[in-house]
Amino acid sequence: MSGKLRVHVDQDKCQGHARCKQLAPELFDLDEYGNAHERGDGTVPAGLEDKAWLAKSNCPEIAIEVIEE
Amino acid sequence: MSDTAHATQDERIPPAHPPVTDWLHDFDHTDPRWTENPFPIWDEIRSASPVVHTGRFLGCYLPTTYEAVKQIAHDTEHFSSRRVVVRDERPEIQRNAAPPITSDPPEHKPAKQLLLPPFTPDAMKKLEPRVRAICNELIDEFFADGHCDAAARYTKHIPTRAICHMLGIPEKDGDLFVNWIHMILELGIKNEEMLKQAVGEMTDYFAAHIEARKRRPTDDLISTLMNAKDRNGQPLEDSHVLGSLRLLLIAGIDTTWSAIGASLWHLARTPADRDRLVREPQLVPTAVEELLRAYSPVTMAREVMKETTVAGCPMKPGNMVLLSFPAANRDPSVFPDADRVVIDRKSNPHAAFGLGIHRCVGSNLARMEMTVALQEWLKRIPDFRLDPEGSVAWSEGTVRGPRQLPILFG
Repeated sequence: MSGKLRVHVDQDKCQGHARCKQLAPELFDLDEYGNAHERGDGTVPAGLEDKAWLAKSNCPEIAIEVIEE
Repeated sequence: MSDTAHATQDERIPPAHPPVTDWLHDFDHTDPRWTENPFPIWDEIRSASPVVHTGRFLGCYLPTTYEAVKQIAHDTEHFSSRRVVVRDERPEIQRNAAPPITSDPPEHKPAKQLLLPPFTPDAMKKLEPRVRAICNELIDEFFADGHCDAAARYTKHIPTRAICHMLGIPEKDGDLFVNWIHMILELGIKNEEMLKQAVGEMTDYFAAHIEARKRRPTDDLISTLMNAKDRNGQPLEDSHVLGSLRLLLIAGIDTTWSAIGASLWHLARTPADRDRLVREPQLVPTAVEELLRAYSPVTMAREVMKETTVAGCPMKPGNMVLLSFPAANRDPSVFPDADRVVIDRKSNPHAAFGLGIHRCVGSNLARMEMTVALQEWLKRIPDFRLDPEGSVAWSEGTVRGPRQLPILFG
């Protein structure tokens, strides 16, 4: 279906605030230093679109991209 | 170094802090009006200019917009973290003062990476049951009274005991730490001797704990630091271990003490928010972010190292910057209804834990402590209010929170 979303964390911008992991644990994971990356290839499962946008709008470092495919 | 240009303390008359009459050209973050209620002051300054300057504190800038604060926080080329408190004096820089908060690139990253793994959200989950127990032990002590000074009996002890637990030192030593921190962060702004005395006592205290662990290693944060290697694979110098321990103690206590206290202060005065959190405890983490935004406790500092321009304001070396994350978080161009606490605020990219490479290493600990402290309090004490017979007292300086918080309940 159209309007499929993918999330991506810019590793150069992420500072480990961990807001994305708290708001959308299905979409993000943290490494041993607490810095975030997208789970898998970042594809947002149907029904979690709002969480992707929520994570983006709460990241203080503007490190999260939501890509509409 | 520019430091040698300043006269020594003996030759100088301690600067006076006359009441501020012009916040745009002569601000002072130790003015009692700032301590009591800084928000209208920041609004006045922000609507006039994104960055202002004062001649006090040997020269200091203050950015109050989110954009200006963010730009400075991200710019480690022009702004140094070697002094993180704006004070009357600029004494010689101590090596390894409190790494990584006082470190600049390239030393910053390896010093910070040592401290990150023990403070991840997963690590905090392991500590959470102890923090829940601490909260309930504290409430047990005053529950039957129907009133308490929540700052003295509750909010102060939660982060103190939690950090003692992590460091592997007796929780009962917490009162010593609270006193040292008061001497360093509040009295130390204007009293160099007081600051030196507290730092000296703290160093002696930790040196003894380090020596004990050389003989008998333990499984705690002090041993973790002692066993850490620097970027050349060498053990950390003792001065680095001591500096980082100073940081964990200073940064880990009155910050969260302030944040939990300001949250309870807000809830004591706002029955609608209080009742909603009692009904919807799952909303507490979202509310914690909003309370962090609206009542951010921590203002940091930078020192201008190279001339640059921020939001149209030329910034000259030799001046400090009062890096006000709390003022940035009240910027209405980023946060609609910035002066209102919206406990279910959806979009909230607040900067309470800083921005850029110096993001607070303890942010996950602070969030967990705040969430647990509010949840346990609301479970036991769902209905409470400020005691009209008492008065609330706020701390002076760069960590803002209630130091006296008289509450009635039941």
